[in-house]
Amino acid sequence: MSGGAPIVEVEGLTVDFVGGAKPLRAVDGVDLTLRPGEVLALLGESGSGKSVTLRALMRLLPERRAVIAGKVRVDGHDVRALSKSDLTAYRGRTIAMIYQEPGIALDPVYRVGDQIAEAVMRHEGASRREARTRALELFERVRIPSAARRLDNYAHEMSGGMRQRAMIALALACRPKVLLADEPTTALDATVQIQVLLLLRELQRELGLAVIFVTHDIGVATEIADRIAVMYAGRIVETGACRDIIRTPAHPYTGGLLASRAGGAQAKGGRLAAIPGVPPDLSNLPPGCAFAPRCKQVQPVCEQAVPAEASIGHDHRARCVLLSAGSAAGQREVFGETT
Amino acid sequence: MMEGSRHGILTCDRGGPAQPLLSVRDLTRHFGGRRAWIGAKVGERRGAVRAVDGVSFDVAKGETLGIVGESGCGKSTLARLITQIIAADAGEVIFDGEAVGTSALDLSAYRREVQMVFQDSYASLNPRLTVEETVAFGPRVHGLARRDAIDRAHDLISRVGLDPTRFAARYPHELSGGQRQRVNIARALALQPRLLILDEAVSALDKSIEAQVLNLLVDLKDEFGLTYMFISHDLNVVRFMSDRVMVMYLGKVAELGAADVILANPRHPYTMALLASMPSMDPDRRTTEAPLSGDPPNPIDPPSGCRFHTRCKFATPVCAQTAPALAEVGPAHRAACLMAAPGSAHPQAPPGAAVAA
Repeated sequence: MSGGAPIVEVEGLTVDFVGGAKPLRAVDGVDLTLRPGEVLALLGESGSGKSVTLRALMRLLPERRAVIAGKVRVDGHDVRALSKSDLTAYRGRTIAMIYQEPGIALDPVYRVGDQIAEAVMRHEGASRREARTRALELFERVRIPSAARRLDNYAHEMSGGMRQRAMIALALACRPKVLLADEPTTALDATVQIQVLLLLRELQRELGLAVIFVTHDIGVATEIADRIAVMYAGRIVETGACRDIIRTPAHPYTGGLLASRAGGAQAKGGRLAAIPGVPPDLSNLPPGCAFAPRCKQVQPVCEQAVPAEASIGHDHRARCVLLSAGSAAGQREVFGETT
Repeated sequence: MMEGSRHGILTCDRGGPAQPLLSVRDLTRHFGGRRAWIGAKVGERRGAVRAVDGVSFDVAKGETLGIVGESGCGKSTLARLITQIIAADAGEVIFDGEAVGTSALDLSAYRREVQMVFQDSYASLNPRLTVEETVAFGPRVHGLARRDAIDRAHDLISRVGLDPTRFAARYPHELSGGQRQRVNIARALALQPRLLILDEAVSALDKSIEAQVLNLLVDLKDEFGLTYMFISHDLNVVRFMSDRVMVMYLGKVAELGAADVILANPRHPYTMALLASMPSMDPDRRTTEAPLSGDPPNPIDPPSGCRFHTRCKFATPVCAQTAPALAEVGPAHRAACLMAAPGSAHPQAPPGAAVAA
């Protein structure tokens, strides 16, 4: 499923938004590695920095207002140093992105087939006829029914699920190696969401894509990801294999998220084990662990410094002082009920 | 404490516990289209969106009825019809034995009894009113003195888990999404309603906040003896909240019954597909096949016969011709499927005399 040298390497990525009333740190020291053919889910709530991380990989953030620090390498390119013309080639051929709202991502005044053909002509120098053939192949690949006819549709003439498929076709037009997916199934109905997830899984396998999939839904992450990275207030608080994160969460935030899900073990009419409080203000982060004010196991040391990353198992790491203390047994006791 | 502050706003149980709090009969609403002026179908709209098409159900006192379905199934239109935000084309809404909109129960009295919480917590608050003014607004309109309305607002703000001394003077933009939704809930409770309609009220919230608001809703229901209609697309949340569940598809009721029965032993193929579409929580047992293909059809021109037949894997030619009625499939469990209707022409239907649809 995965092997070889990493295709995405991110080290110490920090994004500060300046120019607003108060500067705020949206992403704070994120490290990521992704190998070809691997699917990583970035799991987090609104404001956790997951989408900003994706945009930094595409270099889509506004240059004046977003101050980026750290190392971002994708398929041998130093993304932060790319010139404008290199960036045009990089986007689409190395890396491509799909969004939550295909209605906004697709141009409303061009036929969808022409948009795909344009990308192929521009990036690969193909003729119009070749590009149209490619667009048709892509539409068939993403299983749009009566593909030839649908190429001439405008975005508004398609249903939500079909638009999402068309956007996936557009993203794959120039055979990228890395696909970034920003909540692509969140706006879809349940019966359509599972179809799109299965399609993405199939395309990823057949094309050997590396995928970073941003979601707030643990269920969706479980369906698609090999590995999960849990983000909170701009930091990755836990990362590991999908199985380990779901079955033996190590960070209190991950454990809390799993325990607070409705429809789990708890009886109807009972109470959900909700995480108290609200996420912190990004312009005024506490000096220590950002989750400390909401954490049931908070200790004085939590509020002093951001906890270092501790290794818990094979490729399973978390930022929590309880883990650096080295008491694995204590952890099992704490999260026993969620596994 | 709330009893003492009722100040002339009367809410009284008229029919006793056995009488449903809300009865909806053949409620219908079509949007757009043109009315036919001549011919056999005078008055009927052609080319209209058949948002809600002949929906009937009861809500018992003190229960939570969950309503699930995909976009376009009519669940939000249904909520707006019941609250009389929009008018129905046909059908009636009966609240505790009284038809709504008649002299026995005029709209202003009815609206004290039925309140609603919407999905978008920001859009549903007036940005120029403080939290306190927002919650006190309804009681003031309904004749409560200013001082009493403010007192009641403070009481409710604290009951939804916000400290009035910190939050009463704030404006909506100074609140987080979860706090705003708490204010919306407080406002809905300000007229001491008996029925609260929650239309995707927790769907826009982050998961860690969603659990807090769900807990709050459970507590408030006990505290104020409320009845809920809980509309959501999230089956996990509906399972947690509801006593009974109604599944809708393209403006019609597909299945209706006790939550634990419907979600464990669904009889309508659409309910089965909806359940099977939920993402698995087990990385070793991922979904391998999508239960349904394609999107829900357009409600402007719904399929003939059973509206689900175009996506149903059990469909036979008879499904395209006959619209199934809601038929009893178990104790207090009804499904609109020809496979559940005795004597229908579907090969998998139970034997028996045909019942007129």
